[in-house]
Amino acid sequence: MISLAGRDILHSWGKFVLTGIGLGLLIGVTLTMAGVYRGMVDDARALLDNSGADLWVVQQDTQGPYAESSSLRDDVVRSVRGLPGVARAANVTYLTMQVRASDGRDAGREVRAMIVGFEPGQPAQPGSPGYLVAGRHVTRSHYEAVVDVRTGFTLGQHIRIRRHDYMVVGLTQRMVSSGGDPMVFIPLKDAQEAQFLKDNDAILNDRARTAANPALNRPGVPGLLEAIQASQAANHNVNTVLVQVQPGTDVKAMAESVAEPIRRWKHLEAYTRAQMEEILIAKLIATSAKQIGMFLVILAIVSAAIVAFIIYTMTLSKIREIAVLKLIGTRNRTIAGMILQQALGLGLIGFIVGKVAATFWAPIFPKYVLLEVNDALLGLVAVMVICALASTLAIRAALAVDPAAAIGG
Amino acid sequence: MKIPSNWWRRLGLGSLGMLLIVALGYVVMRSGPLAPTRVTVTQVTDGSLSPSLFGIGTVEARRSYLIGPTVAGRVSKVWVDVGDTVTSGQLLAEMDPVDLEERARALEASVARSTSVVAAAQAQLRDAQARSELAGITARRYVELGAQKFMSAGAVEAKQQEQASADAAVATADANLAAARQDTLRLAAERAGLRQQRDNVRLLAPAPGVVISRDAEAGSTVVAGQAVLRLIEPASLWIRVRLDQGRSTGLTAGLPASIVLRSKPGERFSGKVVRVEATSDSITEERVALVSMDILPQGLSTDELAEVTLTLPDTAPAVLLPNPALQRQADQVGVWRIKGGKPTFTPVRIGQASLDGQVQVLEGLKAGDEVVVYSEKAITASSRIKVVDQLSGSKP
Repeated sequence: MISLAGRDILHSWGKFVLTGIGLGLLIGVTLTMAGVYRGMVDDARALLDNSGADLWVVQQDTQGPYAESSSLRDDVVRSVRGLPGVARAANVTYLTMQVRASDGRDAGREVRAMIVGFEPGQPAQPGSPGYLVAGRHVTRSHYEAVVDVRTGFTLGQHIRIRRHDYMVVGLTQRMVSSGGDPMVFIPLKDAQEAQFLKDNDAILNDRARTAANPALNRPGVPGLLEAIQASQAANHNVNTVLVQVQPGTDVKAMAESVAEPIRRWKHLEAYTRAQMEEILIAKLIATSAKQIGMFLVILAIVSAAIVAFIIYTMTLSKIREIAVLKLIGTRNRTIAGMILQQALGLGLIGFIVGKVAATFWAPIFPKYVLLEVNDALLGLVAVMVICALASTLAIRAALAVDPAAAIGG
Repeated sequence: MKIPSNWWRRLGLGSLGMLLIVALGYVVMRSGPLAPTRVTVTQVTDGSLSPSLFGIGTVEARRSYLIGPTVAGRVSKVWVDVGDTVTSGQLLAEMDPVDLEERARALEASVARSTSVVAAAQAQLRDAQARSELAGITARRYVELGAQKFMSAGAVEAKQQEQASADAAVATADANLAAARQDTLRLAAERAGLRQQRDNVRLLAPAPGVVISRDAEAGSTVVAGQAVLRLIEPASLWIRVRLDQGRSTGLTAGLPASIVLRSKPGERFSGKVVRVEATSDSITEERVALVSMDILPQGLSTDELAEVTLTLPDTAPAVLLPNPALQRQADQVGVWRIKGGKPTFTPVRIGQASLDGQVQVLEGLKAGDEVVVYSEKAITASSRIKVVDQLSGSKP
């Protein structure tokens, strides 16, 4: 028996292919939107993964360091290191700011980046970039940087952060903040300065203000003013202490048992990985994620409607041929099968085109687009179901047609 | 006619379908969980590295002088200004002497008077001596006459007593003269002391140098020890370098240094470590070394920032590894090696590292072993990997 659907497709193959591609692009947009949503969530997870921490120690009563600002003394890390169950702990600062290229082809170009101050030296310390795609890790304790490739900076280029130039010595990938800004890793001492150092005018004004204070600038006490001014300029704060607990069977329980004394006796806040993920995903990116999610839902409904209409109108355009088929005594099942096969075929082509298109244009997006396999499979099932449902409408219309219409004219 | 056209259509549709399936296959293999992680590998080599230490420091003067008075007082004159070069012993500033002049004049008068007193005492002594001589002659004569019984014993004894009195008067006059002389000495010493005080209000340069600050002006009151002027010896400038404690292994005096000044970022100056401080900073976790420059550049200013790289002697030959290859699994530092297309984690013990990113491997690897250097994402033991020459983004 010949395939009616195949014959029909062969007959009007240009129309079929173009419809399939059009449908595919629409499905591609829907898949991409799902990818944008997933990418947002994944950015938040990547931030947590890349920090390499099991526990985040932050200022008391804050949800820092990502969702809120948090400030700790940088010697807190020493007392944390002494707690039982702690394998490693490291000071880290985070600051999102504009970074400018100071030489190279793109000198003067600004990139929004998250500056991460970490303690270089030990391999794979918490907070340091875990893997590189080029270059080397930071070896000097000042003025070197490892950047994410998304910043567009190249090896050997100098970038300016506040008043210092940093040389890019290494490139990494997929190191982003929860907002998707690429990261720039610099040594902790420089980052502390970048974060808390005032501009020169403010420093001069502060000095003058201190000097004008008679309590701090007493004539009988030489050296007092200088000592006070030196203490005002020094900064020993960090945003968080990242803790890795000792490896074992149950890292979660271990992290919780380390967090407890920190909360109770050190008067600081400590978040485990699960709590931090909750803060990031449920609080920090909740609104924007919901926004994208809402749009995704509407787009999915609109796409489904358009797919259904396309199948329906395609069938209606063949209503005369169907009437002829009925006239020559073709069985209803055969006609219904033809329409269903065409609809499913169209859906399949559309899905493949959509998936391929989404994969190809996803890397061009400025922020990360994560195309998950589960989403794709779900999309495939949804497309097929929608096509099948839409074809039932068309089948009803086709079966309802009067064979006389073929000759009735 | 129909069949070929139909055939062409079938071919076209079939090839379109094939194209779509190939594209889908490509997409599935390139992204998602089936896609391999692209990595680059390198063979570890034997070699020695020249470790170096990096720190930043500030230019300081080895010898700087705070010039101020030893007692509280008012500044009366400041003779030099910031930037002036001064010689040793040069008068820099003067404190107000208040009543020192008047007291000096009073002492001068006292000294003059004391010389007169000495002269009077000398005259008195001569008078007493004359009297004593006369009394002696008279007494001897009376004794002789008394022996010949011309004089009564009482008269002789009276004359002898006169002689003893005259001798005592000489001794008194002598003591008076000594006292007057001592008084003169005392006054002279007092005068000298006052002169010293006068000199002390004159602030002199203890060594040749350059004035770097003028902290008090004429008329202002300063307490004892407060600086009126600050001097440095420009030839004694050196750099106080702070080095991370964790990376200061091998820091000793005598290491050669390469210095880049903030004001001259393109130039490198040579120098060497002349001192390593015995104490280090517990707050900043830094050690302090003092580095002298072989040739002091013109216009070097104190408190200028400098980047200092100290070169340590070459290490003994060992297996060398680029530092991006080092990863941590649980508690172990190690590298990913590729065995049979699968990554396996090999723990290593690492030694010294150089500033250009080479790390010495003491245990765990031998020359020729292939290890993963760069990867697109973090590798686990179950990662599918694909070895490439270079990862995207590494092109300059």
